[in-house]
Amino acid sequence: MPAFPEAARKALADTQLRRNLAHATGTIRAKREAVVGEVAEWEELRLAGAAIKDNTLRRLDEHLLTLEASLQARGATVHWARDAAEACEIVARIAHGHGIDEVVKVKSMATQEIGLNEALAAHGVTAWETDLAELIVQLGDDLPSHILVPAIHRNRAEIREVFRRGMADAGRPAPPGLSDEPAELAAAARLHLREKFLRARMAVSGANFAVAESGTLVVVESEGNGRMCLTLPEVLVSVVGIEKVVPTFADLDVFLQLLPRSSTGERMNPYTSTWSGVTPGDGPQEMHVVLLDNGRTRALADEVGRQALRCIRCSACLNVCPVYERTGGHAYGSVYPGPIGAILNPLLKGVGVDEQTDSLPYASTLCGACFEACPVRIDIPEVLVHLRAKVVDAHREGVPKPEAVAMKSAAWLLSDARRLGLAERGLGVANRALTRFGRRVLPGGRRALGRLPWPGSLWTNARDLPAPPRESFRAWWRKGGRP
Amino acid sequence: MSAREEILAAVRGALREADRTEAPVPRGYRTVTPPDVVDLFAERVVDYRASLTRCTAAELPDAVRAALGPARKVLVPDGFPIEVAGSADSAELDTFDAVVTTAALGIATTGTLVLDHGPGQGRRALSLVPDVHVCVLRQDRIVPGVPQAVAALDPARPQTWISGPSATSDIELTRVEGVHGPRTLHVIVVAD
Ligand code: SF4
Repeated sequence: MPAFPEAARKALADTQLRRNLAHATGTIRAKREAVVGEVAEWEELRLAGAAIKDNTLRRLDEHLLTLEASLQARGATVHWARDAAEACEIVARIAHGHGIDEVVKVKSMATQEIGLNEALAAHGVTAWETDLAELIVQLGDDLPSHILVPAIHRNRAEIREVFRRGMADAGRPAPPGLSDEPAELAAAARLHLREKFLRARMAVSGANFAVAESGTLVVVESEGNGRMCLTLPEVLVSVVGIEKVVPTFADLDVFLQLLPRSSTGERMNPYTSTWSGVTPGDGPQEMHVVLLDNGRTRALADEVGRQALRCIRCSACLNVCPVYERTGGHAYGSVYPGPIGAILNPLLKGVGVDEQTDSLPYASTLCGACFEACPVRIDIPEVLVHLRAKVVDAHREGVPKPEAVAMKSAAWLLSDARRLGLAERGLGVANRALTRFGRRVLPGGRRALGRLPWPGSLWTNARDLPAPPRESFRAWWRKGGRP
Repeated sequence: MSAREEILAAVRGALREADRTEAPVPRGYRTVTPPDVVDLFAERVVDYRASLTRCTAAELPDAVRAALGPARKVLVPDGFPIEVAGSADSAELDTFDAVVTTAALGIATTGTLVLDHGPGQGRRALSLVPDVHVCVLRQDRIVPGVPQAVAALDPARPQTWISGPSATSDIELTRVEGVHGPRTLHVIVVAD
């Protein structure tokens, strides 16, 4: 994956993408605001959600052991996976153990994070995504671009093409004469997938929550594909990040209020399924839970970044983010896009390891909208700033990053009044010279400088730089403050 | 070291310096209750584009028949409180037009039905596969909000929370009812 600024440039040039994104984020934002406004105790719920998650994280080892014991007592088998490869290995082994070469899947961030579908394919097992948007992504050989609406970058005509081309290879072909009406497209998916649900012997899911005390797993969804996967096959494997644990069943009352309203802007999502191990005569009779680390303990060790593990993946922060709204999810190069992706990826993978991950903490304006929207009050701007410092530290040994150089010269300039005065006078001259590079006008009427020559181009390639004023503040002040 | 030991050790290592005392959790949200829960429930169910009938116990058989409409093959789980022409639990769910069930409780503020798959509700797949779901709920089973529902439910039982018919907004955010679950949800609220 290219670093964020480069990937963003491509996304910004895609007008279809920008239009879809602006429409999607705007619509969901308005719905969310309306239903959040209905709840008088919203702020208290956010505080409760944050406190429960923090308390759980502080004693994560104890809660994990409780969860393991209650799952086992309810007839489930518990596996632990240090990383992606180990988790995929476990799922493949369970499939092979039953002679199964095809599984159905509920949309799950954790299984995407570990690249389960590709790993299973390498083991000779085909994994079918059953969420409509994930199906569109999978049949189109594409990548998801939003946590909640992964195919938001596609329009109906494209989806029709994806179905017409892809369905036949994957099973029941698209009906002849399929139009691009959403209802018809959904009906085609219903028929295509029903065949798979009724045939599948094994399903793979994630979980939105895992209750330590009762061994209850919770999956929240709207289409019913989740319920199909969770009840029809004989074997169910759930891949669950270790941060998903909540202590008691009663704690769910907070999260089942926070999640749907923050996520889809509904009072409640159409379907929520809970199950505690195996129920005789109802649903899968063999159950496995894979508890996944894959960097979560690394994030836990970061005392500022730890709060990112409270995340309930509602995607509210994406929809309010001015950067995400313009670039979309692909630019973040990860299954976790947007503001949460900008902090979660470096926390899970570590900084100073690859350029792409290191570029993410800079993919933000630090406007704070994400913190306002977050139902578990993750202070994303705080973590971004903290991670920027860590990125700079990680690069201190080698060639300094341009940002570090710029900051250093800014510090030199700003720490001395005389230097600043000289520089400001210089700016007036520079202004006249620089406006020649571009004549764009920013919203609000201020003029923008066009592309600057290197090294300024590192900044202006992906951003508009407002033209400096003709006169410095100090000069204007000396004149008595009249324009 | 096994993966289990290693992960637990990493968790403990990450928390070595952390303050492990529990912070208080504000629980004021649990005391908030709306005024008329039955009316609110009815209003919110309809908001989800489900249909709704209110009736007395004596009117229930007619109400169920009316809700089932033209459905020919109807699933009726064991323990359903009234006689309805139909078959009990079946392996060939896909061949049925409709299913009638009861529910464990209803949530007013969200218009949600909760099935815990006790008598009259059938196993989980029953209310999922047929295209029409008629759900009968006694009025006194309606609780004000999510906290009261969670407090009343038994985590040991599998649960299905249903808020309106199955729906997707994955194609250009246009809402389409019914992808996999029932496309039609009809709720009957029974007084007394
Ligand atoms: S960080 Fe907060 S707002 Fe963003 S997805 Fe996670 S819980 Fe939702």
